This record gives sequence, structure tokens and C-alpha cells, in this order.
Amino acid sequence: MKKTVFVGALAVAGLSAGIAAADTLADVQARGKLNCGVATGVPGFAYTDANGDWQGFDVAVCRAVAAAVLSDPTAVEFVPTTGKTRFTALASGEIDMLARNTTWTFSRDVDLKFDFIGINYYDGQGFMVSKELGVSSAKELDGATVCIQTGTTTELNLADFFRINNLSYEPVPIETNAEAQQQYLAGACDVYTTDASGLAATRASFEDAANHVILPEIISKEPLGPLVRHGDNEWGDVVRWTLNALIAAEELGVTSANVAELASAAGNNPEINRLLGTEGTLGEMLGLDADWAVKALSVSGNYGEVFEKNIGETTPIGLARGLNAQWTSGGLLYSPPFR
Amino acid sequence: MTSLTDPPKESFRLGMLIYDTRYRSLTIQVVALIGFMIFAAWLINNTLVNLAVQGKSIGFGFLSDPAGYDINQRLLDYNSQSTHWRAAFVGLLNTLLVAFLGCITATVIGVLVGILRLSNNWLVARLMTIYVEMFRNVPVLLWIVFTMAILIETLPAPRAFRGENPEASMVLFDSVAFTNRGVYLPEALFSRGLGDMPIFPDRDSPACQPTEDGSVEDGCGVFQISLDLILILAVFGAGLYGSSVIRKRADRIQNQTGDRPTTWYLRLGVVSIPTLIVLAALGFHLGYPALKGFNFQGGTYLRNSLIALWLALSLYTAAFIAEIVRAGILAISKGQTEAASALGLRSNRIMSLVILPQALRVIIPPLISNYLNLTKNSSLAIAVGYMDITGTLGGITMNQTGRELECVLLLMLVYLAISLTISAVMNWYNESVKLVER
Repeated sequence: MKKTVFVGALAVAGLSAGIAAADTLADVQARGKLNCGVATGVPGFAYTDANGDWQGFDVAVCRAVAAAVLSDPTAVEFVPTTGKTRFTALASGEIDMLARNTTWTFSRDVDLKFDFIGINYYDGQGFMVSKELGVSSAKELDGATVCIQTGTTTELNLADFFRINNLSYEPVPIETNAEAQQQYLAGACDVYTTDASGLAATRASFEDAANHVILPEIISKEPLGPLVRHGDNEWGDVVRWTLNALIAAEELGVTSANVAELASAAGNNPEINRLLGTEGTLGEMLGLDADWAVKALSVSGNYGEVFEKNIGETTPIGLARGLNAQWTSGGLLYSPPFR
Repeated sequence: MTSLTDPPKESFRLGMLIYDTRYRSLTIQVVALIGFMIFAAWLINNTLVNLAVQGKSIGFGFLSDPAGYDINQRLLDYNSQSTHWRAAFVGLLNTLLVAFLGCITATVIGVLVGILRLSNNWLVARLMTIYVEMFRNVPVLLWIVFTMAILIETLPAPRAFRGENPEASMVLFDSVAFTNRGVYLPEALFSRGLGDMPIFPDRDSPACQPTEDGSVEDGCGVFQISLDLILILAVFGAGLYGSSVIRKRADRIQNQTGDRPTTWYLRLGVVSIPTLIVLAALGFHLGYPALKGFNFQGGTYLRNSLIALWLALSLYTAAFIAEIVRAGILAISKGQTEAASALGLRSNRIMSLVILPQALRVIIPPLISNYLNLTKNSSLAIAVGYMDITGTLGGITMNQTGRELECVLLLMLVYLAISLTISAVMNWYNESVKLVER
């Protein structure tokens, strides 16, 4: 009898702890800091600059969320995660959100109990080889030694691609992008494979970038996006609509330059007014201030500005918008309406 | 009135559990045990409740799903369509391989260094001290990464072997290639081989249907054993047995007559001639590695990851073993050495016949724990991309299925089983070298 009471009390304690942990928005506000999981270092996407500050395309999402929730884009504790540690870090509550070029897949969404809140980069897996090898297609890679980051979807895509095409290969599993780069440059592997954006970023950091070529084959769909834990829909909404605000702002022509002016008074465009909080109560519905989107956009501008600044064609990484252009200019980016 | 006071009657009161020294320790132990059990129950319950909150359940069914990833070094037949079970097993064999190789090398180096550190030669003794202190005092992970970096950066890439005037060339009559991906050695081939025998074959599976020449495909059975290897080992083993019979006979004759018959050519012949005959009958020849396409093809391929891990673990553990051996030798009193030299034994004979056999009693127990350390340290393999069981079951499988709890539990069980097995074997050996007391 006593034992039952005891176990029951434990169960209640455990349950209440679980529920308390589920209100991430309140936790973040109480803590005054957003714990955001990022990559350990991928040029353009998440890296520390000369001053030790985190910069990059994925980092910008963390900063926008921190600005929207805490009104302070620097109130972020960046937690570097590897392909292996990222999901455990998120599931255990060590981080509130993960913005680390993570592919949205069925099993991660359903079986691992995460919520992908959107897609901030449409990617695909590619191959990089040295020009010296004279390879022009991935189908010519029979017998090659391939460096691959372990614990990623690319590992499974690679196995499938070579099996389907009846090619043999020798996988060299590697923990981080930096190790892969070292092995690849030393010629310990012929090929480095990861998401095409990651390849472009890695190649940009080579001294002899021109001697390496990214093969034309893209062997998988890799929709990359931020994710949060399953079951906390309020927090999921905050992150989702912050990302959507960045995307919608580009479509509506709201930039870091004109956001303050547009937010000062209601203008002609009702959607801009709703987005910037000069009309309606969208911020309140999220449990945030009315000008949450203004704060998010003031950090480094809209999606297009973030893209151009970190990984666009003017940067060493030099990625074209391609699939990541707005739907109005032939891309796939399409934010649901702010209404 | 004669009234003898009765001896006080033994009665038990509850307070005695605390105040009576006879019961106190028992009480404390029981309370501590109950406390520990409550703590364990709380931990388990907490885990289950939290898993339930996350909507996860514990189950091992995922291990039967296709793994979906490839493993470079596989001692068993494996492809990306094999199950997670098989991937874990391939990883386990890789762990055992590197642990086995590492323990042997570490012992050999450790014993040598341990003895040399006691050498009267000042230079040798100091060099060995430097070796021991260097390896003992730097974390093994750094040695592993460092060894790998040396292999990758100093050795030539396979493409350096290509062309009219290659920058690098193969050594030992073009039979061995050292590249920064690993070492390619000649392999043993049999032109009239007996083929392989599948173990635990599933007769209904398509892979087990015999082809025209009567053999079966690679995927048949849990694994396949080379009949050639079994035959050669059997003949070689029989030769060794024959050789030991001859040696015993020589011992007997020496004991009876004082003269030892010369037997080395007999023993050499008994061991080598039958083995050579079998090798010739099987059509033994060497297959040489050759550069084809991106890599060398053919031959036996020792990957860099294996070499780096094996070397670093051996050198690191050998430093500890050297100290154990030195301690064991110093534990034998100097009188033993002096007595042996008084009998006219040379110093290396004193070491091998008198000192080491006695020192073994001191050496073996701490040696066991170093073997266990080496085996457990092999789980750092992922640092160089060696796919041991931590890399397969505890790495990719865990990551792709998200079953952290199950995978880590299995992993702990596996390491526990390996360690207990090594302990059992070494304890048995320890029993056999122990001083027999009369």
C-alpha cells in the first residue's frame, strides 16, 4: 500500500516535471536567454568570427527568435552540436531549438518526436572531387573512397545511391566538417559528400578552391530547417512564425532599412501592418509583444538579406538563390499569410 | 531463603536495533540497502515516466530493420540492406579484432620496455623512461588522433603511385603499398581451394541455392568459414603437436642419459613439411595489390583507422604494462639473481628461467586490468573513423533510429560481457602460474 503511494507520488512528480518543461516560451523568458543548437562550424551557416561572435545563416534564425521573444538578439547561448549529439541535446531540453542544417525527414518528425517548423534552405546532397581526378559525373565514382559525416541522412543516401547504381565505394566515416576537410585535402579520400550548400561552404575555405569541382548530380532532397521538441505547440508557433516573418518580409519588401519607418505608423498594405503589429493582435496571440516581428527583422533584415549577407553570390561561398528564391520569382519559399 | 538470581532473560526490544552493538551494524546495512533500492527504483521510474511523456516506448524491434548504411571494414558479409543486428555484430568483431591485436602488441612491447628500463645500459634505460612517461601522461585519445594525423599527412595518396614517373612506389618487390589510406599487403589465394562453408545457413533463402559449381553465395548463412583455412590450421596444429611429442621424448632421453639428442631438424620438418604439402595441394599463391581506378585493388587492405587505433592503443597500454613488469621484476629478491648466477647461468637465461616465471605472479593481476582498459579504450575508435561497436550500434544505428536508451544499454552489456570474458580467461591463466604451495 505504502509502496503504491510512493510510486504514485513519484509518477506525479515526474509528470509535473514533464509538463513544466513543456512550456518552453515561459522558460526562455524566465531564463532571459535562448539556448540555440548550431553546427560546430560550417562557413557561412554557423561559425564564430574573429571576435568570437557566432555568425551565419542558421545563426541568424536563432538571433531573430531571441529578438522576437526577449527583445535582445544577443541573448542567445549558442550550443555547438555535431550530427550525433544534436537530437539528444534537443530531446533532453539542453537546447530550446535546433538551427543546424538538419534535414526534415519522416522518421525524425514522427519517430524521434521533433517538430520541424519550416524550411529555411532547400538543399540536396552532392559530391566534391579534385579536378585532377578528371571525374565529371558521380556515376564514374566506382571504387572511390568517400569521406562522409557520420550520423547524417547523407550516409544513408550515399549507401542507396551506390547500391542502386551498382557501384562499389569505401566509406570513411568522420565526425565533423573540419576533420572531413583535413582528410579530403590530404587525399585520404577521393570524394567528399554532404549537402551541396555545405560543399560550397567548405570549398570556399580551401586555398586552392578552383582545383575542386562539385559534381552535377544531386542525389537527394535535403530540406533543411529549424526544429523544436514535439508537444510544445506554443513554442513551435513562435519559432515557425518568426521564420515565416523573415520570409514574408522579403516578399512584402520589408527590409532592415525601412522596417523602423514602416512600423512607426500603419500604412496602406494591411498585411505589412499586421506583420509589423500596427494593426491587429498577432503578437498577442503568440504571447509576444505587438512589435515582435519588427524586432526580429531589425537584427539582420529579411530572409533575402540574411541569405545575401552570409551565403549569397557576393560572399566567398557564392550560392545562387535557386530553389531558395521567393515563389514569386520561381523559387519554393512561400510563407503562409499573416492574417 | 536461598534465592539465586536468575541470569537476566534475553528479551528483544526495538531500541536494541540502534543501541545494541550486536545489531547496530546490521540495522545500518539494512537501512542503506533499502535507501539504495528506493533510489534505483526512482531512477528507473523517472526514466520510464519521462519516456512516456515524450511518447517513446522501449523496444528492440528496430534492430531487425535494415541498417541502411555501409561499413568499410567488415569481417563478415555485410551490406547496407543488412539489419542493425548484423551491423552491431560487424562492429563487435571490429572491436574484438583491435582489442586482440592491441593486447598482444602491448604485451610484447610492454615486457620488452619493462625489462630494458632495468637495463644497466644508461642510455637504454633512460630512453625507456622517456617512452613510458611520454605515453603514460598524455590522454590516449590524443595519441590516437596524432597517430592518424601522421599516417594521413606523411604517407603518399594512391594517386601519387600513378603515371610514368610516380612520386611514390611500392616496396618489397612491388608487393606492399603504404598509402595514406592504409597498407596494402599481398593476400593468400588458393587456385584449387575448397571454398567456404556457411554457418547456420537458411536453406530456403535464395542466397543458399547452390550455383553450377556447387558453391553458395556470400549472403548464405550467418557467416562463412574458409575450409582452406581450417585445413591449414588443422595440419599446422597437428605438426605442432608432433613437434611437442619429439621434444618430450628428447627431455626423457636427456633425463635418463644426460645427452640431449639433436631434434631441431626433425621438429622443423614435422611442422613445416605437411603444411607445405597442403599449401601446394590447395594451389597456394599470393595475390598482389595493384592500382586500379581510385584505389589499389586486390591484396589485404589494412585501413589507416585500424593501424592508427591499434598502434596508439598498444603503445599507450604498453607504457603501463612496462611499469607493471618492472614492478614484478623488482619484487623478486636480489638473492634469486645472485643464486642463479652462482649456478653459472648467463644473465638472459636468469631473466627467462628464474626471474620472469616468479615475477609473473605479481604481473598477471594488474595486467588483466590493463587488458580491460585497452578493450574499453578501443571505444574511442570513432575519432579516427574506425567502425567498432560504439561506431555502429552506439553511433550510426543510435543516431538513425533515435533509440538512445536501448542502444546504450546493449552497448554496456556487450562491453561488460567482453570484459568479464577477458577477466575469466586471465584469471584462469593466473591460477595456472600461481605459486603452488605445499
